[in-house]
Amino acid sequence: MSTDVQGPPPEASESGDIAAEVALSSPDVIADSLGEYAKIWVARVRNGDSGALPVIAGLVVIVIYFQARSSLFLSADNLVNLIGQAAWIVMLGMAEVFVLLLGEIDLSIGYTSAVGATFTCWLLLPPHPAPWPLAVLVGLAVPAVFSGLQGLIVTRLRLPSFVVTLAGQLLALGLLLEVMNSAAPSGGGTIRLYNSVLVDIYFGSLSPVAGWIVMAAAVALAGALFLVRDSRRRASNLTAPPLSVTLLKIAAMAVAGVVVVLVGNTNRGAGTAVVRGVPWVVLVVVVVLVAWSVLLGRTRFGRYVYAIGGNAEAARRAGISLSRIRVLAFTLAGLTAGIMGILYTSYLGSVSTGVQGGQLVLLAVAAAVIGGTSLFGGRGKMVGAVLGGLIVAVIYNGLELLGLGAAPQYIWTAVVLLAAVTVDTLARRRSTTA
Amino acid sequence: MTTPSAEGARPADAGRASSPNSHVTDATDGADAMDTPDNARDLPQASTDPQASTDPPASDGDPSAPPLLRLVDIGKSFGPVRVLTRISLDIPPGQVTAVVGDNGAGKSTLIKTISGIYTQDEGQILWQGRQVHLHTPKDATDLGIATVYQDLALCDNLDIVANMFLGREEVKHFQLDEIGMEKAARQTLADLSVVTVRSVRQAVGSLSGGQRQAVAVARAVMRQAKLVILDEPTAALGVTQTRVVLDLIKRLKSQNIAVIVISHNLTDVQSVADRIAVLRLGRLVAVGPASQYDAESIVDLMTTGTSKRLAATSAEPSAGSPSEH
Repeated sequence: MSTDVQGPPPEASESGDIAAEVALSSPDVIADSLGEYAKIWVARVRNGDSGALPVIAGLVVIVIYFQARSSLFLSADNLVNLIGQAAWIVMLGMAEVFVLLLGEIDLSIGYTSAVGATFTCWLLLPPHPAPWPLAVLVGLAVPAVFSGLQGLIVTRLRLPSFVVTLAGQLLALGLLLEVMNSAAPSGGGTIRLYNSVLVDIYFGSLSPVAGWIVMAAAVALAGALFLVRDSRRRASNLTAPPLSVTLLKIAAMAVAGVVVVLVGNTNRGAGTAVVRGVPWVVLVVVVVLVAWSVLLGRTRFGRYVYAIGGNAEAARRAGISLSRIRVLAFTLAGLTAGIMGILYTSYLGSVSTGVQGGQLVLLAVAAAVIGGTSLFGGRGKMVGAVLGGLIVAVIYNGLELLGLGAAPQYIWTAVVLLAAVTVDTLARRRSTTA
Repeated sequence: MTTPSAEGARPADAGRASSPNSHVTDATDGADAMDTPDNARDLPQASTDPQASTDPPASDGDPSAPPLLRLVDIGKSFGPVRVLTRISLDIPPGQVTAVVGDNGAGKSTLIKTISGIYTQDEGQILWQGRQVHLHTPKDATDLGIATVYQDLALCDNLDIVANMFLGREEVKHFQLDEIGMEKAARQTLADLSVVTVRSVRQAVGSLSGGQRQAVAVARAVMRQAKLVILDEPTAALGVTQTRVVLDLIKRLKSQNIAVIVISHNLTDVQSVADRIAVLRLGRLVAVGPASQYDAESIVDLMTTGTSKRLAATSAEPSAGSPSEH
């Protein structure tokens, strides 16, 4: 198929195998069999564009390590706790993906999310609480607008986003103190969340039966979509991933779903109280993950985000409005951060000016990069941020469970992040000098 | 095909004429308003009235077909620096025109003027006989003028289909119509006989230099280009890759797409060009069928503006010695 008058491309000339040639491509649409799929996939991993599996493998290794050190780690109680901790890291990681894909960064979203959440709590204060959807809307809009304005400054004035959003981080902290002062003058820098619906994001659950139904429906729907897409491609005489690969993917999704529901449905109540069911927050994360994945993978906007991250000049010459896409991506990052702010508030039951916004955002970047998003733009996926966020959360949770303090938590997160960035940079160097 | 005899038959007046259809343009044109009365083909261009061009003069290739693109006395300055001086050039449809010249001869400025990046200070651009104003690159692409620059403007992280449709994605049910775009991309590549890519879903970063060039050209063709301008398409390529690109140019020609090739490589130029235009210091010193020039005469024209060798074979007279400017 690839043998013809033309010599092998330069990057393949040394090894002479097809692996290098297809290293940057998706195995989904090139492979005709499971074996070939695996071969292409290995080539991609060597190029750093690894997809999800190495991250999952790393996650499994870390989980096994912690379970060996503490039998409590894999208890349902702790796992639900872990899901809670992971949820907001994951959400902030997904926010960061939007800007990282452009080759930009947003350092402000740790604090802007708290500013948004403060507005939400403020609006919900008794005795005259606003309707909670309105309060949530405000809580999402504030960080979205804030990040959008930063994006506007970055594009219009052509300033580095690192500096603009570093200033934004300070400004957001100032805003947080100011807004908190107005919202809860006597609260000592803390405002409580008084709405039961929002508190229930973390502390309410689907009923065990509903958990199974929702999970089964979601897996069935996703599986059907995959299969229909493949069969459409085949019907149009285009290559589609081998059926075995698609079925494996669906099976993996089903296994993950079953595990989550099983864990969630195990009684984690203390004493005689019975607490069962998958927390709502899991559903929130899944819905946002699917929505943003579709936005990035299947729409013009998503395509342009990747194009700008890959080669902004080429995108500009293709007639793409760089400033519009950039501002929109920053806005979506802010919006997602706003969702995280609500989740975090639900988790803590309040918002405080003591929130570690600077550290949160660095964890979010770590989550995205560990999950395979390139700091140089153009490469990465939403699902990677979820997996990366899980790794960060597992490290935190596990070390805490072992009774180790903050020091090893920071150190190990640093080690994992450094490893992820090294892989990213080496892969990039390899693909540009090849 | 061009008829060398028609060109060579009138060396005398061609040497002085500066009309767009002539094959020599030079500084002596101040005096030519009164000459070439015997050459009826030159009369319509003497008028700058676009109406006159409704009955355009024949190009030297096919007497019945008007040139696809006609440049009339194009001049361009950057501040005090005069970059292009009275360039008059016809680009016939379905032919490959090579524009050659040394560094600083004005090749880049000329193609940037045609592709709408620069607007000329003087002169007119006629597209299919009608006067057009190209103020932005979009003006040019809307007409069907596609320019493939040396850097190709491809996104390495996107696959071939995404690159070919970049900025023009097809959308169906609020989602990208991946199947439709992939089919169209495959068809276009097949039409151009680009058979070497393993899959149109390969990331462009994994392609060889010639394949990348092919993708960039295919993108231009898919946008219904009637004229494709290639800027140094073989500059960074090895021997095999160069051959791929030259074959591609021939394929474009066979689809009746006009091609302008900017090149330093005279071997490539001679293997693919139907017509050759030589620029020197912002002036067109020679233009004519490729068969009339050999490498040596082109080098002479590029460096000195004249070629004794050419005069000796009486193929194409040249004029405008440097001392006259």
